[in-house]
Amino acid sequence: MVNIVTKYVKVAKRYRFLLGELVKKGIKLKYRRSYLGILWTLLEPIMTTIILTIVFGTWFKKDIDKFPVFILGGRLLYSFYSESTKTAMRSVRANASMIKKVYVPKYLYPVSCILYNFIIFLISLIVMVGTGIIFKVKPTLYIFVSVLPLLVLLLLAIGTSMILSTVAVFFRDMEYLWNVGLMMIMYASAIFYDPSKMEGLAGWLLKLNPLYCCIESFRLTAIYGQMFSIDKMLYATGFSLVTIVVGVYAFYKKQDQFILYI
Amino acid sequence: MAKNMVEVNHVSMRFNLSKEKVDSLKDYVIKSITGKISFNEFWALKDVDFKVEQGDRVGILGMNGAGKSTLLKVISGVFKPTEGSIATHGRIAPLLELGAGFDPQYTGAENIYLYGAVLGYSKEFIDSKYDEIVEFSELKEFIDVPIKNYSSGMKIRLGFSIATIVEPDILILDEVLSVGDAKFRKKSQAKIMSMFDKGVTVLFVSHSLEQVKELCNKAIILEKGKLIAAGDIDEVSEIYLEKTGK
Repeated sequence: MVNIVTKYVKVAKRYRFLLGELVKKGIKLKYRRSYLGILWTLLEPIMTTIILTIVFGTWFKKDIDKFPVFILGGRLLYSFYSESTKTAMRSVRANASMIKKVYVPKYLYPVSCILYNFIIFLISLIVMVGTGIIFKVKPTLYIFVSVLPLLVLLLLAIGTSMILSTVAVFFRDMEYLWNVGLMMIMYASAIFYDPSKMEGLAGWLLKLNPLYCCIESFRLTAIYGQMFSIDKMLYATGFSLVTIVVGVYAFYKKQDQFILYI
Repeated sequence: MAKNMVEVNHVSMRFNLSKEKVDSLKDYVIKSITGKISFNEFWALKDVDFKVEQGDRVGILGMNGAGKSTLLKVISGVFKPTEGSIATHGRIAPLLELGAGFDPQYTGAENIYLYGAVLGYSKEFIDSKYDEIVEFSELKEFIDVPIKNYSSGMKIRLGFSIATIVEPDILILDEVLSVGDAKFRKKSQAKIMSMFDKGVTVLFVSHSLEQVKELCNKAIILEKGKLIAAGDIDEVSEIYLEKTGK
């Protein structure tokens, strides 16, 4: 057991540079050939937030304090999760030509996808700062705690992606199913409505959604200057760790067969 | 006694050739109900067992479909053998698919780093060898052009230059001695020959017995995935001539 672990650490060290290169490649190529380039990381959330504020503002504006910042916070976290899991799920197949020709530890593909999306997400948080200033959000010390939900979200994205990318190699339908799944998750994440109004089944779905736990905790600490609910964060952390354990196990068990299916 | 550089221990490699490609859930359900899923098992390699000692240059002979390329891919780690195991010692330079891992949208310069990383080089190493790579590939003017605009010859030249910048312990060649135009071919052969002179261990796949005789001191023959002969080049080449019937 110890041998296996030291062997893996050795391999991981050797390929750290490749992981860095793959992350760099993801960021560089995402906006290459568009005129505004990396500026889109900032423009896109601004534009969608404006649209969402106009569309839903008429209904919810009075209920929710600092509505545009509220929407932006939810949307940024959700779109990181959906973008990164979608690209990571396809990453094994997208790199089929490479996998068939040279040996590279295969987990590098989904993990590098998550990491480059996370870096783009961190850049896009600049928009939060700007909007916060415009809508007079007063920063408190809790802003430092708001890093925690983001880290848990990163773990959750890695775990889900390991599961999804393994499944998607054998059943390509997963790519379409996951789009539907993501839509469900979006509606269960209270991005543009007041979560306290949700009761019954819908309320339960919200509570059970680890992504929503991260979004809520992030909003409370970053925007409203309150502490998040420890129970909910513990639940989200536990959930993420379980997906990672399941995902890593499944990926590890099946990775040698990938090449026969892609 | 010399050290074993490559040990191929009773390696078998099985592929499932499904008659119809099943890659969606719908297909799978329909076909398993109608009983159409049938896997044809196909053993590309069956119980292949041999060792390569340090400094040996081994030619791998065989007809098309004998399993030569599969064997090289198993040795270089792309395939995991269904049965048996592989042990290699030292740095392998597989000159198999030059430029696998190139990204077409990336420029030549960016691809040097990417492909280098794929081959397991460190950043410092590539930094120090960058000029040498560019010079050897003769692509200085085009190094900032995305390689989707390269000709196939240019891509191979760049791939070859990156892959051979290391001093490998084991060199795996799949008839790549003919890369690029006549001038570059001479240069690349000279480079490989200089590695030979330094005593690198070589695995060389070819159809051409003459090439193998010229380069190798040992040889093995594969037939339908089975190892049917192994030994010094002269013995094996006689068997091979008998096998090929002429």
